[in-house]
Amino acid sequence: MTARATDRQRKLAFTFVAWAVATLIFFPILWTVLTSFKTEADAVAIPPKFLFFDWTTDNYAEVWERTDYLRHFRNSVIISLGSSLIGLCIAIPAAWALAFSPTRRTRGVLMWMLSTKMLPAVGVLVPIYLLFKRAGLLDTRTGLVIVLMLSNLPIMVWMLFTYFKEIPRDILEAARMDGATPGRELLHILTPMALPGIASTLLLNVILAWNESFWTLNLTAASTGPLTAFIASFSAPEGLFYAKLSAASTLAIAPIVILGWLSQKQLVRGLTFGAVK
Amino acid sequence: MASIHSRATARLMLSPAVILLLVWMAAPLVMTLWYSLHDYQLLMPRGNPFLGLENYAYFLSDPGFLQSIGNTFMLVMGVLLITVVCGVGLALLLDQPMYGRGVVRVLVVAPFFVMPTVSALVWKNMFMNPVNGLFAWMAQMFGADAIDWLAQVPLLSLTLIVAWGWLPFATLILLTALQSLDTEQKEAAEMDGANAWARFLHITLPHLSRAITVVILIQTIFLLSLFAEIFVTTNGGPGTQSSNLAYLVYSHALLRFDVGSASAGGVIAVVAANILALLLMRLVGKSLEV
Repeated sequence: MTARATDRQRKLAFTFVAWAVATLIFFPILWTVLTSFKTEADAVAIPPKFLFFDWTTDNYAEVWERTDYLRHFRNSVIISLGSSLIGLCIAIPAAWALAFSPTRRTRGVLMWMLSTKMLPAVGVLVPIYLLFKRAGLLDTRTGLVIVLMLSNLPIMVWMLFTYFKEIPRDILEAARMDGATPGRELLHILTPMALPGIASTLLLNVILAWNESFWTLNLTAASTGPLTAFIASFSAPEGLFYAKLSAASTLAIAPIVILGWLSQKQLVRGLTFGAVK
Repeated sequence: MASIHSRATARLMLSPAVILLLVWMAAPLVMTLWYSLHDYQLLMPRGNPFLGLENYAYFLSDPGFLQSIGNTFMLVMGVLLITVVCGVGLALLLDQPMYGRGVVRVLVVAPFFVMPTVSALVWKNMFMNPVNGLFAWMAQMFGADAIDWLAQVPLLSLTLIVAWGWLPFATLILLTALQSLDTEQKEAAEMDGANAWARFLHITLPHLSRAITVVILIQTIFLLSLFAEIFVTTNGGPGTQSSNLAYLVYSHALLRFDVGSASAGGVIAVVAANILALLLMRLVGKSLEV
């Protein structure tokens, strides 16, 4: 009896502490969402108004009408989805080859791919900038799709590799005995089995590309910038703008935070290159 | 016969990725190297005479250079320290029995998905602003003077902002690792009379070591090229007090339009990152099963 009572007390105590800590960590996001529904005067009120203020959706209307939010949103969708899909087309065959036809060099190739991710982007900023300028790719969505696809390619190959490796070899051998060509193998046997892995790879890379803020800030100007660049334009504000900044921020992060919540499990596996599952 | 055939196919399937990555890495690097040895000012096209190592001397003697190296180091170390220590604590907490664990997890993970420009601007304006920020109000409540965070302690402020974004990542990975810990082992130790601290030190921590090294590796990759947070909050300032190496190279290239010295800085950044990467790969390479 008493043991069970203390167990419940422990559980209650942990619940209380965990909720308190979680709320604290989440607070900046909560505060941004709350502020987005305030008037500009309420947004800077001291003492701060937490829940009791005149709720308004004016900021959203204003961000929607006065800025090019929709265009930047569209840019973000095109850039993140485009770079991830094209990346998949290149990464799937590569990961397949690494997982199912391993050679002595497989480990070396994988480690080399990981090492390209360690190359600091500033090391190639100047030539990429100048090449893009010459090719007319500066400030274009095509340019960003290319760059983000390449910079996430190693992660894609690694993620897919860890998924493919878990597909039982027996099935493959059986198919080979029946005379299936590698192409058919990939299309009819492996792809359906690997579909969950491919889906989570896509999801994670869309998230990474959506939030990427080095290339998107350096290679775009006004018109083709995705949401990262759009939000950065709020860094030189005029007058009262907290509520509008909050509304724009909420609109920019909401879709990806929701996607992110759906992909927690895959996130760990994908970002640790399969080392933690 | 079949194996030769399939090996050739495998090579064919691998080659687009390898070639693309090779081109993406090698070609620009060679160009960076070439630029770094020549005089190249975007605004003054006057041919590009060979300069030897002059650009390097110029970049290295930039008063901001040593500071930027120090700042890069401090930012990476500061964020790693906060996220790993707090991440272990949080993971242990989230592993306990509680009501509504799913919701707690969702709340804790959320900051990781917030784009850097948003988190930096929200923290800068709504929390760290010396007049209207929440921190200023809290300081006032306790009768202290409000601090202008990003002007007075820019590096610390940036560390906090960035750590907030990466803490969920560390927590999530450490929690995943924690959940694979054998409970029998823990119970056996408990039976033997080991107290909580001893159990943590001798069972939990060794079990987490691999996950911790992975967290350190991945975060270092991203933290070394920290840029957006600096770009929208301090612009590397005041002066160069919060410039890291990435930001310094950017400022040479796209603010001063000095391609030559920016390229020299880029080469230096690559060399530094490679040394670090070599060390980390040796440390972590064993943790990745291939």
